[in-house]
Amino acid sequence: MRYLFQFLRILVFCFLGEVLHGLLPLPVPASIYGLALLLAALKMRLIRLDQVKETAGFLIALFPVLFLPGAVGIMELGALLADLWLPALLAVTLVTALVMGAAGRVTQAVARWKEARHG
Amino acid sequence: MAEFLTHGAVWGVLLTLGAFALGNFLQKRTRQAWCNPLLLGSIFVILFLRLLGISYPDYQASAGPVNYLLLPATVSLAVPLYEQWETLQKNAAAILSGIAAGVLVSVGAILGLAWVFQLNRAAAISLLPKSVTTAIGIDVAGELGGIPALTTAVIMLTGIFGNLTAQAACKLFHIKDPVARGVGIGSASHAIGTTRALEMGPVEGAMSSLSIAAAGILTALLCPLAVNLLP
Repeated sequence: MRYLFQFLRILVFCFLGEVLHGLLPLPVPASIYGLALLLAALKMRLIRLDQVKETAGFLIALFPVLFLPGAVGIMELGALLADLWLPALLAVTLVTALVMGAAGRVTQAVARWKEARHG
Repeated sequence: MAEFLTHGAVWGVLLTLGAFALGNFLQKRTRQAWCNPLLLGSIFVILFLRLLGISYPDYQASAGPVNYLLLPATVSLAVPLYEQWETLQKNAAAILSGIAAGVLVSVGAILGLAWVFQLNRAAAISLLPKSVTTAIGIDVAGELGGIPALTTAVIMLTGIFGNLTAQAACKLFHIKDPVARGVGIGSASHAIGTTRALEMGPVEGAMSSLSIAAAGILTALLCPLAVNLLP
């Protein structure tokens, strides 16, 4: 029963996320609203960590396989991707690596700079 | 044959989990990073559908329950974030600067590619949100006149690439701080990359989860402006 109720609580936040997504004209998907609401509820102690923890952990462990049906959709794009293969390849490989490097290096640099300043 | 196999209600989920399990088995056996279960599993499913002449929409409908869990799984990322709240608060300025830098580089580099290859508008717009979570990326592409199906494909490939190369990229760019690693992985390769960050450690995982949300929202705000700079 414990896991059932944990799942129920998580679904409530999913639903609230969908409601907000429907009501607010912002470029924010339901999942991000739901995530923010659950985080806020945990911070405000409206919900205790042990009331969601195990089921959340289980769902997060499932993550990689959940993307599989979407990834298979690439099979529908044969011709379109064939025309764009070089820029698409560069976008997927080179740009992704550059973004990872830029985001990581800037975070690290600012963190070190702040640490040095505060001694 | 195909009709016999796909007669019931379970086959899509069974095929999805089976293909993933086989990919997982091969990764354990070969210990090669590129033998990623998501990548191999997707290839297996595509081959299976092609061989038996089953259409993607038929598979998609039958694998619906797998897709359904994406929303609760994404919402569940609040838990690792909550558990790492202090790290987050302590590094807020660094994290936000890093995410902003990542988004600017991503959008800027795609604009550059659009100019170099003289891409048509729809194709270029479809590539713009390629580093963010599909839920945001598809909306951005659709709204601005891109091709959502192309965006989905590029986002998926970006995630898989980020997942495969996260460790090597952190080494290459000398990113040692776990907070910075998480921000880099999440900003560049959204939730699929985040699954690798979660394996690297709790701090990496939480920061990567946060970056999915922040980078996604920033990209959604920046793309309508970036469209004006397309060739």
